[in-house]
Amino acid sequence: MTATFLAMLAREMRVLRRTFVATFLRVVLQPLLFVFVFAYVIPKIGGSGLAAGGGSFATVLVPGLVASAVVMQGLLAVIFPLTMELSWQRSIVDRVLAPLPVPLLALEKIVAASVQALVGGLLVFPAVLLVHAKGQAPRVHVDNWPMFAVVLVAGAVLASAAGLFFGTVVDPRQIQVLFALVLLPMTMLGCVYYPWAALGHIRWLQIAVLANPMVYLSEGLRATLTPQLAHMPAAAFLAVLVAGAVVLCALATRTFTRRVLT
Amino acid sequence: MSEEPPAVQAAALGKTYRGTGGEVAAVRGLDLRIGHGEFFGLLGPNGAGKSTTIGMLTTLVRPTSGRASVCGIDVARRPVEVKRRIGVVSQNNTLDQEVTVAENLEFRGRYFGMRRALARDRSDELLAAFALTDRRAAMPAQLSGGQAKRLMICRALVHRPEVLFLDEPTAGLDPQTRIHLWDTLRTLQAQGQSVLLTTHYLEEAEALCDRVAIIDHGTLLACDTVARLKGTGGSLETVFLNLTGREYRQ
Repeated sequence: MTATFLAMLAREMRVLRRTFVATFLRVVLQPLLFVFVFAYVIPKIGGSGLAAGGGSFATVLVPGLVASAVVMQGLLAVIFPLTMELSWQRSIVDRVLAPLPVPLLALEKIVAASVQALVGGLLVFPAVLLVHAKGQAPRVHVDNWPMFAVVLVAGAVLASAAGLFFGTVVDPRQIQVLFALVLLPMTMLGCVYYPWAALGHIRWLQIAVLANPMVYLSEGLRATLTPQLAHMPAAAFLAVLVAGAVVLCALATRTFTRRVLT
Repeated sequence: MSEEPPAVQAAALGKTYRGTGGEVAAVRGLDLRIGHGEFFGLLGPNGAGKSTTIGMLTTLVRPTSGRASVCGIDVARRPVEVKRRIGVVSQNNTLDQEVTVAENLEFRGRYFGMRRALARDRSDELLAAFALTDRRAAMPAQLSGGQAKRLMICRALVHRPEVLFLDEPTAGLDPQTRIHLWDTLRTLQAQGQSVLLTTHYLEEAEALCDRVAIIDHGTLLACDTVARLKGTGGSLETVFLNLTGREYRQ
């Protein structure tokens, strides 16, 4: 069974190798343009470059944009292929007929997408770290490496499991609607561009965004990459990221199994 | 000495789909017994329950009543063990569209525990046997209908299954390709491969099968050798139409 699981992961990596440039250009381009405009162009043309919550805007953006890349890549790495595999030809049957319990096939999809999410996050990291105007360099420093790793991995698994869940419950023809109604608000209101503590000025919004899982990954990375900035307590983001990853894995495994077995 | 379990067995096997529109019984109390090395045909008009039956026997559809086993292994209780013993050629093109023709076979071998080199050798062997060697680097979307079907048969054979399931294998293929596929299937038959084939082409059942079962509305109507069935009513077509009715179905 382990050999089957590993062979399926090898297949995912083979596909990824073939589409690497296109896949990760998509991941890196948006955050790269964002830091170029807000950490380079705006300060150059007279904007302050200062962010809510203190520090340069670039400092606030680094953890936020890495979090956003991890979540987006985790979601898309599952949803895009799955909509094809579950379409009328049902090419998912190719994998379902392998000697592996169907819930483990679901977990394999989550693991493969999590790897892609982590690669996406790690590629975005240098891009957003290095692009900025003079004097606007982000101050990034990791004190607690184990916590950084836990936050990153739990965030990647949570996003991938959410991708599998949405991919199995949403009609493939409605995926565009999912992007517009879920992914865009998730990013804009995910504490990517501002720290959660700064939302104290808009108390109702600060409470409302707690329903957004992206907030916990942004804040988790903020706490580990830029601890000098105000951030959410570690117990809060760790609990939500880890528990959320576990619950969503269980849920997505069930919805996937129900979708592929009649 | 205990008797070897049959290649496929179904006892009072049933599937009822429950949806918003109510319940639909696709298969009702089906009994089947297919021996090792037998080429067995499941014959029926569109919507008779053939694909649902094959779905249940291959672990993709969960039965709602009765039992079924492959080589004595219960399909609902031990699906992974069943999957190790079966090869499936489904009606749709379910090839992995993200990898090449050769990789479809290599990865299939690796899913079944073959080492990389062995999986590659087996893939080469099957591509040669099914005249697909020159298409090995192509993507499945670039194959013709007949080539795709041949590749699906190769994929189903990679791990040398004990029972091969073919769901409408020649549907939508031109006559030349169909006859070529029949030759391929006859070769497998000569090698002693146990096969369950569903079809609604009567000549296909007649050309290939040792025994056929005729089903309609999810119920078994007849099960015997082609010769004996023909003896009851003239041609297989007459027997088929007498059992399943002559009215046009949408």
